[in-house]
Amino acid sequence: MKFAFYPGCVARGAAPELYKSTMLVVDKLGIELEEIEKAACTGAGVLQEKNQKLGDVLNIRTLALAEQMGLSIMTICSTCQGVISQANHRVVKDPEYLAEINKELEKEGLHYSGKTEVKHLLWILLEDIGIKTLQDMFNIDLSGFNFAPFYGCYLIRPSDALGITENPKRKHSLDIVIESTGASSTDYAGKTRCCGFPILLINQKNSLKMVAKHTGDAKDNGADAMVTPCPLCHLNLDGYQAKARRQNNRGKADLPILHLPQLIGMAMGLDAKELGINKHLVSTANFIKSIKTKVS
Amino acid sequence: MEAQIKVKRFNPENGAKPFFQDYSIDVSEDSTILDGLIKIREEQDGTLALRCSCRASICGSCSMKVNGSAKLVCKTRIKEVSPQGETVTVEPMGNFPVIKDLVTEMDSFWSKVKSIDPYVKTNFEPEAEHIASNESMTHLLGVMNCIMCGACVSECTALEVDSTFTGPAALAKAYRFVADPRDEDKKERLGKLNESSGVWDCSRCLACVEVCPKDVAPMERIVKMRDLAIEEGYTNTSGYRHTESFSDSIKKHGRLDETRLALESTGLLNISGLIDLAVIGIKSLFKGKIPPPLPHRPKEADKVTNIAKRLDSEESEE
Repeated sequence: MKFAFYPGCVARGAAPELYKSTMLVVDKLGIELEEIEKAACTGAGVLQEKNQKLGDVLNIRTLALAEQMGLSIMTICSTCQGVISQANHRVVKDPEYLAEINKELEKEGLHYSGKTEVKHLLWILLEDIGIKTLQDMFNIDLSGFNFAPFYGCYLIRPSDALGITENPKRKHSLDIVIESTGASSTDYAGKTRCCGFPILLINQKNSLKMVAKHTGDAKDNGADAMVTPCPLCHLNLDGYQAKARRQNNRGKADLPILHLPQLIGMAMGLDAKELGINKHLVSTANFIKSIKTKVS
Repeated sequence: MEAQIKVKRFNPENGAKPFFQDYSIDVSEDSTILDGLIKIREEQDGTLALRCSCRASICGSCSMKVNGSAKLVCKTRIKEVSPQGETVTVEPMGNFPVIKDLVTEMDSFWSKVKSIDPYVKTNFEPEAEHIASNESMTHLLGVMNCIMCGACVSECTALEVDSTFTGPAALAKAYRFVADPRDEDKKERLGKLNESSGVWDCSRCLACVEVCPKDVAPMERIVKMRDLAIEEGYTNTSGYRHTESFSDSIKKHGRLDETRLALESTGLLNISGLIDLAVIGIKSLFKGKIPPPLPHRPKEADKVTNIAKRLDSEESEE
């Protein structure tokens, strides 16, 4: 199984542990990756506010580069996945617009036919690897643990661009994967809400209220840790959890936030340090200890 | 067929806490959730309070949470949300005070709509009907579909943490007038919308776009107004600096420069904001997270910067 790999800026920047844990996990899964080295940032919806067409051209260019490689794309970021999917959806339903964008891409010798599939690692686990095969690769039973899923807005909305109507399981994909490890998936209101990251630098007070609410609610509902397929959510939920909880009287920052491949890696029995679980700002020491106790 | 409907009940007059009540009713295959709720009220429980009127998704009265997200219950068939006969959970809309059961208080909703002056403003007294050409109005067709049902407000993640936020319905309505070719108050409107609780407080979570039963896409209107506000010269906001820095970074490097984005959005004169960032930066360093000093660049990044330059000049010509 081979994919064209789009890691996104954050895995290559502020969250290097996401990149590393992904590499360890895909190796075990037997997924071969070829990075789309010429790909630009998706614009994350921010560039699109200023210039929608520029954002679309850059994302369709990424899809065209993958088409040239003859591969489907794998992403590891809810935001990247959503923004590329949205651009793809716009051109697929509007051939005239696609032609207009192709005219731009032809200057670089590229062409997009509208057929490249782009999938988050989370969906690949579900649809290409399969839960049963995945479970066969797990060496540690995580039953007794409780993990709160946090999807990231752009991985579940808008459902038409993300193919959720055709693949309804995507809507619950993270719950399904969490439960496949033997752990329970925490039931709380925040899992499909906003982490606040997009307004962190614009309205920090509101942004941190979101962090405090979701991490606090998850903890109150029994979560041992939170798992997210989005490194932008991770930046906010982990990086700002201490300040957010303090400011909003929701106690101390006590909820470790894991990247999706860190959860998978842990279930596979990979070393927590290798997976970078000790790199997060909210302490994961007790959590790692509890996993080790469970194993021994 | 037999339908299982679980309804969130609440009556402030009896002082009891909200609770869920299960009903089982016999309905036809094509019944809507509203049909089911009315049947419950008529045949099983006359105390159930709900609001509805047209029953044809025009009046916007019957928006409620169905299995966790807002829908017009007159437009949603039971079969659609419960193909295998699963229990359908119905609750009042979120982000609204509840009067009783499924009926919500709409006062703050309407006062926010009123706050954006929802009428065309001109500098003269029209002597006859003020007609705009069809072509000049087509871009407003989507937003004019709004039936003010409140579904977007119910799901708004920014409103969940800040009730002062103007919210998706009123902001979509504001766009309807900001972008009306006859309106002569555009600059003033955008100035007001640029202030706190306005367009920059939207978290861009897409929840409003997802639930709107009329495809109004409020969030898309909101981000459009951010751009229009910038065009009108409203640039003294961290929102503006954020968008500008983000776009610049992609144009220069093809990728995002996270460190620069954080510094520039915060504002180089915002000392407490910068200290805040430094604290997070130092903590990350101690954890061994060392962000690259320069952003990771794609190969042949000049190709990206060239596209950006071309399309940027194309856009500024428009």
